[in-house]
Amino acid sequence: MTDTQKIVVVGGGMVAHRFTEAMRARDTDGRYSVTVLAEEPRAPYDRVALTSYFTGKDPEDLALGDPALWEDGLVTLRRDAKAVAIDRDAREVTDAHGVVHPYDHLIMATGSYAWSPPVKGADLPGVFVYRTIDDVAALRIYVERRRKELGRSVRGAVIGGGLLGLEAAGALQELGATSTVIQFSDRLMNLQVDEGGGQALSRLIENLGVKVRCNTATEAIRPDKHGHVGSLKFADKGEQLVDVVVFATGVRPRDELGRDAGLTIGKRGGIVVDDTCLTEDPAVSAIGEVACIQGACIGLIAPGNTMAEIAVDRLLGGEATFPGADTAAKLKLLGVDVASFGDAFATTPGALELTYADPVAGVYKKLVVTDDARTLLGGILVGDASAYASLRPLVGSALGGDPAAWLLPEGSIERPNVELPDEAGVCSCNNVSAGAIRHAVTEQGCHELGEVKACTKAGTSCGSCLPLVKKIVGSELEKSGIELSNALCEHFDMSRAQLFNAIQVSELQTFSEIIERFGTGRGCDICKPTVGSILASIYNQHVLAADRAALQDTNDRVMANMQKDGTYSVVPRVPGGEILPEHLILIGQIAQDYGLYTKITGGQRIDMFGARLEQLPQIWQRLVDAGMESGHAYGKSLRTVKSCVGSDWCRYGVQDSVGMAIALELRYRGLRSPHKLKLGVSGCARECAEARGKDVGVIATDHGWNVYVGGNGGFTPRHAQLLVEDVDDETVFKVIDRYLMYYIRTADRLQRTAPWQEDHEGGLEAIKAVIMDDSLGICDDLDAHMARHIDSYEDEWKAVLNDPERLRQFTSFVNAPDDPDPSLAYVEQRGQRRPATESERRDTAVLIAPTRLEVRS
Amino acid sequence: MTPASAIATRTVVCAYDDLTPDLGVAALVGGVQVALFRLDDGSVRAVQNLDPFSDAHVMSRGITGSRGDVPTIASPIYKQVFSLITGECLVTMDKQPRAGHAADLAVYPVTVDNGQVIIDLVSAA
Repeated sequence: MTDTQKIVVVGGGMVAHRFTEAMRARDTDGRYSVTVLAEEPRAPYDRVALTSYFTGKDPEDLALGDPALWEDGLVTLRRDAKAVAIDRDAREVTDAHGVVHPYDHLIMATGSYAWSPPVKGADLPGVFVYRTIDDVAALRIYVERRRKELGRSVRGAVIGGGLLGLEAAGALQELGATSTVIQFSDRLMNLQVDEGGGQALSRLIENLGVKVRCNTATEAIRPDKHGHVGSLKFADKGEQLVDVVVFATGVRPRDELGRDAGLTIGKRGGIVVDDTCLTEDPAVSAIGEVACIQGACIGLIAPGNTMAEIAVDRLLGGEATFPGADTAAKLKLLGVDVASFGDAFATTPGALELTYADPVAGVYKKLVVTDDARTLLGGILVGDASAYASLRPLVGSALGGDPAAWLLPEGSIERPNVELPDEAGVCSCNNVSAGAIRHAVTEQGCHELGEVKACTKAGTSCGSCLPLVKKIVGSELEKSGIELSNALCEHFDMSRAQLFNAIQVSELQTFSEIIERFGTGRGCDICKPTVGSILASIYNQHVLAADRAALQDTNDRVMANMQKDGTYSVVPRVPGGEILPEHLILIGQIAQDYGLYTKITGGQRIDMFGARLEQLPQIWQRLVDAGMESGHAYGKSLRTVKSCVGSDWCRYGVQDSVGMAIALELRYRGLRSPHKLKLGVSGCARECAEARGKDVGVIATDHGWNVYVGGNGGFTPRHAQLLVEDVDDETVFKVIDRYLMYYIRTADRLQRTAPWQEDHEGGLEAIKAVIMDDSLGICDDLDAHMARHIDSYEDEWKAVLNDPERLRQFTSFVNAPDDPDPSLAYVEQRGQRRPATESERRDTAVLIAPTRLEVRS
Repeated sequence: MTPASAIATRTVVCAYDDLTPDLGVAALVGGVQVALFRLDDGSVRAVQNLDPFSDAHVMSRGITGSRGDVPTIASPIYKQVFSLITGECLVTMDKQPRAGHAADLAVYPVTVDNGQVIIDLVSAA
């Protein structure tokens, strides 16, 4: 252990995270331990995505990377532990709790603070900055409180019309406040776009209801009569009434600790470092926004990550140096695309500017090229940045063909297919070149986008390069003769979605016809259940109908869940978790009669374990006679709709969540899908039903319901994302009808909604367009399909009980139909029975024989 | 007349018409559980009903299919795939059989005689 060198990282932001992650990934010998001193009470998070906090994301959704990093034995994360002093002679850092952290190497990653100009009134309640989760949370609370107090929508103003200012304006809109952007310069985003771009941007943003006021200096913020923010006074004597003000006037490096420790500070602030990120003290490096590198501090994440990687590389004996900052940026602000890259302002001698402007469509594009119009130098894209992913990596190389092809709307002229040079950077956030992506495909065996992402980290931060990454991966696979296989199995050379389509169009209804037409061989345990599920989704016929039974997976085959000893569990439907006392008694009675183990499920119903195949019809006869029905706990189908107590009984409930849950469960019961489906309904924002952990979550608001989609528990938990807000019951049904049907038609085999949503081209936004705006023109069809399902529902178990032919499948032995499987053996535990273990089976004294007790008629 | 020793090992388990194509059934033959399958081509195959990877008697409830030209049965529990011709385990799903069991299934000769399905246990042993 004496060999381990101690690194202390001062600061707990994104760059500190990248440093720690890269160090743990590359320092395989464990030469260094890393202690991160974070001022905020949380692990590093994605500050770039801060605004998404308003669109339904939780703070934990902003988490960066794999949280397991902080569990690593060589990593210590100290939250709420601001560093207050550095002693470079003793090589020690003291934190705010007085704890002293000795170091062998110190990394300064203190980042920036939001700077506000010394305007009078900047200390009034209602004035905010926009930098941390706490800032954003405080803004949200204030706006919501003021709306209630004022009884009208809150008037907001953002001072600063740069990138952050527009983010903040968007945030205010999300909160239901009006917003005005006050910009000192003559145009918005003056650092990234030129005059033409600024004009297009202003127009687009004003169309969205945000007012823009350029060439305006704010002189003072004045209080209202209660001492809250009341109005803004401008240098041109103008005034504006406001209730909340957000300063987005830029950031300044937090270099005070370095300054106190005697490190050299740049002219405009920042700890001065060389191209290896080292300060004049060989035991101290600085990375990210606090580092003054090549004469300037850079407030972008991509160069910060590059510095983190360089610092790691140098500590491990590498030779990396800072290549200069790529200040390219592509953003979606308030839904408006803005991108700027390379020499956007044409400062290169002889540079030519090619522009295209369509004020009607709100598009402005400019390419900057060399004087021979062949080499791309930079560009600005406003309103339509679809070419950004392809263009940015081409900076410095030949455009190939007519540059105008890149300016005109996509599709009007075919864009030249340019092969990117290996050294071209594709992902600037994580500094991944085209060559690295190709290498991952050809040498590291990555054949899918997800594998390439995991292997290279390309596209894992902002994601804007993903279309390009996908393209490179595709063409590389093509070159090496590997086809991206979607094949279901050796019998079907199609993906589930393709097969679904084929079956639907061909109207074939039996497996033998389907495999003859679209596949080869006799099928297997992969394709048979898939076809069975597709047929059930399309036609909603009985899973055990002729020719169908042999297709069904283990559980569907006998409409019960097989357990480890080959017996089954039985779960009757309990819609919305609401159950009659007589049904509770019946379940208890059945469990006693058959010696079944009972347990409450996670979906608010009751599971009875240990029923033998030949007992299932008798058990179900009793349940069906009492008015219960199949719960489809065995199916890749709707399972349950979980609900809280709701407004009938709960003191806080604002809507009838139980009624809604029952309506949803009865609507979608029996619906076969690529994987199981779970829904949840909460009667108020307290969300007791944990609906956002479900495929579809419905949460009551004062005005109706919010619908969230794509949540998952299980192996990869996900929170569902907001689909629609404040809608009535009818709309809830309609959007869920379409969402589920679209998922059923297009998802892969065993793909749950969360990954489906993620992999869907264009993500949730595109899915929204399909089901809300009918962008594919299929909504009528989806609606009709769901209506057919609802109309044709029948209880599967009831149908089987009425069919002697199908009942024949429920026998233990063809030559001894009532003999129990003689190998079953149980032991008693906590008053119930469970399957005996291997060693217990050898000790026959503890065993309970399988019950022979049978029917009470 | 057939010799007495052979009669004892040949067991009529059911009528051929009791079997549904591709849907297995279990049979109890002198205390041994056997899984029977009637395939697409009309032939009948019999293997042990014990799934060596789960120790449960469930093979008759698996899904039939093919790997290449070989007719197969997949375990309903952990999805291992076995040949219905030789009993060989073709796909182990990266699992080991339970202690005391071979990975492959025992195969029993089946004859269909006069509409009756007959299993010969001894000659398989």
